[in-house]
Amino acid sequence: MEVEQTALPGIGLRHDFTTRKGQRVGVVSHRTGRRDLVIYDKDDPDRACQTVKLNDEEADALAELLGAPRIVARLNALHQQVEGLVSVQLPIPEGSPYSDRPMGEARVRTRTSASIVAVVRGGRVFASPGPEFVFAAGDVVVVVGSEDSTAEVADILAEG
Amino acid sequence: MHDTAVIFLEFGAVLLGLGVLGALALRAGISPIPLYLIAGLAFGTGGVLPLATSEEFISVGAELGVVLLLLTLGLEYNADELVTSLTSNARAGIVDLVLNAAPGAVCALLLGWGPVAAVAMAGVTYATSSGITAKVLSDLGWIGNRETPTVLSLLVFEDLTMAIYLPVLTTMLAGLSLASGAVSVGIALLTVSVVLVVALRFGRFIEAFVSSPNSEVLLLKVVGLALLVAGLAQQLQVSAAVGAFLVGIALSGQLAHDARALLEPLRDLFAAVFFVFFGFQTDPAKILPVAGLAALLALVSMITKLLTGVYAARRAGIAKAGQARAGIALIPRGEFNIVIAGLAVGAGVHPDLGALAAAYVLILAAFGPLAAKLVQPLIEAIAKRA
Repeated sequence: MEVEQTALPGIGLRHDFTTRKGQRVGVVSHRTGRRDLVIYDKDDPDRACQTVKLNDEEADALAELLGAPRIVARLNALHQQVEGLVSVQLPIPEGSPYSDRPMGEARVRTRTSASIVAVVRGGRVFASPGPEFVFAAGDVVVVVGSEDSTAEVADILAEG
Repeated sequence: MHDTAVIFLEFGAVLLGLGVLGALALRAGISPIPLYLIAGLAFGTGGVLPLATSEEFISVGAELGVVLLLLTLGLEYNADELVTSLTSNARAGIVDLVLNAAPGAVCALLLGWGPVAAVAMAGVTYATSSGITAKVLSDLGWIGNRETPTVLSLLVFEDLTMAIYLPVLTTMLAGLSLASGAVSVGIALLTVSVVLVVALRFGRFIEAFVSSPNSEVLLLKVVGLALLVAGLAQQLQVSAAVGAFLVGIALSGQLAHDARALLEPLRDLFAAVFFVFFGFQTDPAKILPVAGLAALLALVSMITKLLTGVYAARRAGIAKAGQARAGIALIPRGEFNIVIAGLAVGAGVHPDLGALAAAYVLILAAFGPLAAKLVQPLIEAIAKRA
């Protein structure tokens, strides 16, 4: 896939690309910080038939919604390439002993030698969370380690 | 009554009137510039309500308006964008220049107004109003369109051409002999090049001097610098407008963005005064005899701009509908054209030039944005059928 970048003098930058199904989409980044999400017309490929104007906060929210699952997927792909190392996504179940408790109290690394590299919560990714990070039921914890150690982490998160 | 009282009364009434007209323009979805010009016609020489006392006061305001207009125009693009446009869009830019300077120049020559008037009129028909066009693009949701970069880079190219054209024009208007004229054009071109090089290479030093976290300090520094350079340029016979424009180009990045935001209200105030003042100097009785000619000139230069847009967009690989939109977006004329005509009128090039330019800009500033709106559904229909 090729993303095209075009300067818009006096306004900012435009990035656009065509999806595999033939739909052209673009993002106009205004110097003011405004972002326009643009969908191009199929009949008239040069015309933006839909323009969604986003402010800073809205653009961030959209980027996170679109980006979060992809970051996790990429992480998985990365770790599958390394012999003996797996990355798994473990949910914090309702009633887990560690929900509403800081991550440090689970002492995951000391007990299993696996590492918690990210926590996904409601579409947002918290990369490399510190020991003070407080788990909540429904969080998905991304753990990297050996087969055995990641299985132990699953047990810890579920039963303590 | 005391003089100051009269000036305030008249000036206040003018501004209030402009405010009301601006509101009307907003409601009708057109540029307020044509309405300001009409207001100027009404208040000026031979108008319905001639103002006597405050004319001098307003003329100073108008001069400030020109400086601020050109300063903010210069701030719109940074030096990098100007250079990129020069290297990558030179061909379309030159087609734009030739096609659109021709109607004005030919018209002045056919009327027997002489070469100086021809150069001035060439400028009047050449420049697209980047202000009105930017508004059209944003109002119609055309900013994301794929032909828009082509339109914008033509506007950038026009800006750059103006930096060279304005000093040449002012020299010719000053009626200098060929030798001293050539020297002063040389000085002007040298100054333009030096400013561009300085802006490209040492822009950060200027910015370091001008920039300030305090908006008040920034405003004073930018306006002060612009007026200083404008005055200096005027002394060198290069025209104050060019000086201010070059200051605008030299400032770029976040600083330019901040400065523009600060200057905009100030510019709107004084630019409105400038348009009114231009109307002032034009006798409404003179408009009617040239109205037909202005309409013809407007029609011809609409077609030449349309062709320019189609040519430039086709070169960029844009389909038919997009080509048409690029042409239409370029039609509006406005502030630059009046600035040019104002310079020519000030030098007394030809008594009818002001009236012709006023009528011409009246038509295209009003009709340009409307044309874009009216044609939009038509273009969609064409695209659907294709």
